[in-house]
Amino acid sequence: MSAVMTIEELRAGLAWRKNLDKVFVVVGLLILMSCLGLLALLFLDLVRDGAARFGWDFLTQFPSRKAERAGILSAWVGTSMIMLVTALVALPIGVAAAIYLEEYAPKNWITGVIEINVTNLAGVPSIVYGLLALGLFVYQFGLGQSVLAAGLTLALLILPIIIVGTREALRAVPKAIREAAYGLGATRWEVTKDHVLPYSTGGILTGLILGLSRAIGETAPIITIGALSFIAFLPGSPVTGEFPFVNFEWLKSEFTAMPIQIFNWVSRPDQAFQQNAAAAAAILLGMTLAMNAVAIWIRYRFRKKINW
Amino acid sequence: MKLSWQQITVPALALGLLAMGAPERTHAQAAIKIDGSSTVFPISEAYAEEFQIQKRGKVRVTVGVSGTGGGFKKFCRGETDIANASRPISVEEMEACRKAGIKYMEVPVAFDALTVVVNPANTWAKTMTVAELKKMWEPGAQGRITTWNQVNPKFPKQKLMLFGPGADSGTFDYFTEAVNGKAKASRGDYTASEDDNTLVQGVENNKNAIGYFGYAYYAAHKDKMTAVAIDNGKGKGAVGPSLENVTNGTYNPLSRPLFVYVRDTAARRPEVREFVQFMMNNGDLVSEVGYLPLPKSAYSLAWKHFQDGKLGTVFGGHAQVGITIEKLQALEGKL
Repeated sequence: MSAVMTIEELRAGLAWRKNLDKVFVVVGLLILMSCLGLLALLFLDLVRDGAARFGWDFLTQFPSRKAERAGILSAWVGTSMIMLVTALVALPIGVAAAIYLEEYAPKNWITGVIEINVTNLAGVPSIVYGLLALGLFVYQFGLGQSVLAAGLTLALLILPIIIVGTREALRAVPKAIREAAYGLGATRWEVTKDHVLPYSTGGILTGLILGLSRAIGETAPIITIGALSFIAFLPGSPVTGEFPFVNFEWLKSEFTAMPIQIFNWVSRPDQAFQQNAAAAAAILLGMTLAMNAVAIWIRYRFRKKINW
Repeated sequence: MKLSWQQITVPALALGLLAMGAPERTHAQAAIKIDGSSTVFPISEAYAEEFQIQKRGKVRVTVGVSGTGGGFKKFCRGETDIANASRPISVEEMEACRKAGIKYMEVPVAFDALTVVVNPANTWAKTMTVAELKKMWEPGAQGRITTWNQVNPKFPKQKLMLFGPGADSGTFDYFTEAVNGKAKASRGDYTASEDDNTLVQGVENNKNAIGYFGYAYYAAHKDKMTAVAIDNGKGKGAVGPSLENVTNGTYNPLSRPLFVYVRDTAARRPEVREFVQFMMNNGDLVSEVGYLPLPKSAYSLAWKHFQDGKLGTVFGGHAQVGITIEKLQALEGKL
């Protein structure tokens, strides 16, 4: 046997490796499909179980002891308001922290410790955030069992996710861009504000989506801080007809949220409530998908403007 | 539209700052805050719903589920007006309330019958004695009593499959007190779940299963399981959990009253008074959600006690097993 391969041997080897490549594509696709299939199956199962309950009434009625009269109005309004607070609080703080760590912080051991801790925070069980928030927000700051307290709690919860996501996005901006800007005399802040941030918006929003998708389904921390199970009125509207047109009363309002409503219905003796739970779960999943869709759309708009 | 970072972050920060500084506006609307037991929740929810409809939204009633213990914690801090409880207030909770200067009225709202259930295919255990239940569930049975014939030689030699609520549940506390003689004293090697629907499924699917939970869960699955009639050995024979047997006190010791505790200062507010009166006048809502209403006389006596401002608990910090509602109501209250 000679050390030099014949052309046939080379071709056979190449063909085998190319086949391996194809096999990988197929396997990868199968795995992807089974993941998506599982989600679809779950979603369809929920939709089927809850089919009888979907409708305008289900969205516009308050909870009730009668399954057919019960709706999720207070739950979805509560969840939406909490998500709004969470996003508005977590995004600026998370992005600012990430910018500092990535662009400004000196590379020393303190920064190292901070980085490790930020990553570790992402793995802390959510109930721990709930307990912290109960002591700090609810009692210490006197926010009570309010939408604001819940929003701040979930903001804490997703902060590590946003920080890590934002740092990844900032790192993905080519060094040449920064150096070119510095070369033209831009300060560090100008470089960050005018170049790095706009170019990394897509990645930052991805981090936000991941964070909010986690937060929207959280039950433990908001139960801990005192979400209600039965509430048949809505928080005050954030927008009013008279000056100054915005109203912050809703931040102090008591609330319930989708996961709590679902949990409550699942544990009811009356089996008719299981349908309500399935329908509400399908809608919660729908809310998550819709939220993601909006973020993807915003990301797309940002990306379109970037011309390198 | 060109979204820049300033356009996003500046309003967000401004909003946050404004929120912090927003002046606290007093609620013009009357509100009643209720929290506590998950067992009592469906009852309170039904009352809250109907009461709000009757008041045309002039009164807001909110109900939380923190468990009986969690509910009392909030209640004794003065955060809620009414505490839902599936057992009487405990000595520690009485102490906490006393320290905070919280006085309260104890109002019974319904009965719950702890129901022992078996699979419909179970032909041998349609009736059981309390002693047999104890043999099955007491701490000493752990690892030892594993087949039905060990409980009673007349039962077949089949594997014993036990289903019961977890240790955080008030149902667990009451059952262990009534059957084993000491609250929370139970064998640990059984399938425990905080979700009673899981227990229901366990009994539905296993021929050799036996389990216990609140009456409402049995009522919702009557066709798929058998309620065991209980003989307490006091000569009345085996008695099943029915409205009649529970209200006349013969379904004993597994029936228990459910309560709401009303803070006395809250009880002076007209909306809270009206709400309690509404509860006492509409016992039929209780049966609608699967629980057993008290006799009419008990409701009117409870309402009288409430009006008279009878403070404290008649239990002195411990569940009293096997006492009729009339005898309970005659007892002196203790704060």
